[in-house]
Amino acid sequence: MAKKSFYHFLGCIIPHRYPSVEKAVKLVFNDLDMGLLDMDGATCCPAPGVFGSFDRITWATIAARNLTIAEAGGHPITTGCNGCFASLWDANYELKHDEELREIVNENLAEIDREFKGTIEVWHYVDALVEVAGLDKIRKKVTRPFKDVRMVLHPGCHWMRPKLLKQKDDSERPHIFRELCETSGAEYVPYKDELMCCGAGGAVRTADIKVALEFTMQKFESVKEAGGADMMITPCPFCELQLDLGQVEIQKHFEKEYVLDILHVVELLALAFGHEPDEFGLATHLQYQLRKSTPLWEKLGIKVEES
Amino acid sequence: MTSAEEKTAIEIDTPDDSFVQMIKKTGGPNIQNCYQCGTCSGSCPAGALTNFLVRGIIRKALLGLKEQCISSPELWYCTTCYTCTDRCPQDVKPTDVIKAIRNVAVAEGYMLAPHQKTALKVLETGHAVPLDKESWENLREKVGIERIPPNASKYSEAIEEIKKLAKKTGFDKLIAVKEEK
Ligand code: SF4
Ligand code: SF4
Repeated sequence: MAKKSFYHFLGCIIPHRYPSVEKAVKLVFNDLDMGLLDMDGATCCPAPGVFGSFDRITWATIAARNLTIAEAGGHPITTGCNGCFASLWDANYELKHDEELREIVNENLAEIDREFKGTIEVWHYVDALVEVAGLDKIRKKVTRPFKDVRMVLHPGCHWMRPKLLKQKDDSERPHIFRELCETSGAEYVPYKDELMCCGAGGAVRTADIKVALEFTMQKFESVKEAGGADMMITPCPFCELQLDLGQVEIQKHFEKEYVLDILHVVELLALAFGHEPDEFGLATHLQYQLRKSTPLWEKLGIKVEES
Repeated sequence: MTSAEEKTAIEIDTPDDSFVQMIKKTGGPNIQNCYQCGTCSGSCPAGALTNFLVRGIIRKALLGLKEQCISSPELWYCTTCYTCTDRCPQDVKPTDVIKAIRNVAVAEGYMLAPHQKTALKVLETGHAVPLDKESWENLREKVGIERIPPNASKYSEAIEEIKKLAKKTGFDKLIAVKEEK
């Protein structure tokens, strides 16, 4: 079977703030024999909360420009960000189904000699991993299972909602993301507010960081009530930023201390596949840099040489 | 705007449904199906933490109280998590309604300064969160990838294209003029 390749839509936060995710996904896709192609000249998706809230036409036009880059090369897009996924998937869907919007957008795109044709699909890393590689193949690659590690999940919102539109998972009782994370061998620990938003989306983090952090704190408290966890896994770098850097910000604004390692699902898999944390720079997460700390290796069950 | 304050009577001299029509255009056709059950607010994490009341905003929109809707600071507390949309029994799609109301608010000059800055960054760099310091490039090098990613940070043509598009849609003016509000 020919190797399946995707245009890799980076977005903003992965390449500019959490590059460890960019490196980790390259390792993981390579291990699973899936290709990632550079998407030259892609821009911000654009941020669905800000742009979608400001002007739907501009939002759809800039998203469509990104889609045309992939259309030209004829491969689907994959992205590891729920926000980028929300913009690109939703815009792709709306442009395919809304004639009027498509006409306006194409009139705008004509300005830069581009045209939305509607010939490609947008996949989240999670979709590519589960549907193209498959859980069995992923399980076979796991050489360093997270034995006895308590794992909580933060699936986030826009990969699976709105559920009638996305038709991926039951957003009240999702199981796909959990099954993917469980291939790592870690123990899934449910908590009450697992499906609650991290607080960053919808332009709220930009509007009022304290309100955004209150969401995050509620989630952390809920994890505590469930008996605590050794790590939290998310499929989104914006959630990751909110949950990781957010711990430092919570300390500053609310004088509350939470210490929890936050991993993107591809970082989890890179480790489970036997890659060393240094191979993709797990310790570069902003939480560690600002606190001058390191991941809690012992809790994660990973042996590292002290440097 | 708390729930308690809302109990004061609302007087309407001239019913005006142009606001509702605007919302329907951007936010979907079903807002008038809302029967005020409150499932949306009951599901809403922003509602649990702030004064934001999505059911109340929808009610006000249906009553044509445009100014109250678009000027309320709480309008910007919705994280667009879509929980309400997944649960609304009437398929109102409250999240899209909120976004549509925000579109109207912005068109009428209600825009928060930090949001404006984020939008400007996209026009200037192609990215809402740009590669704007050498330390971010160092970080990339440290994890073992090229210092500059193959997105608009590397290709300035991409930024030019975004500027042209923003000019065409009028977005550049939308975010430039209203600096004072
Ligand atoms: S859940 Fe739907 S029908 Fe009920 S109040 Fe909210 S928008 Fe209206
Ligand atoms: S989408 Fe907005 S209004 Fe709806 S539940 Fe989420 S935060 Fe509340």
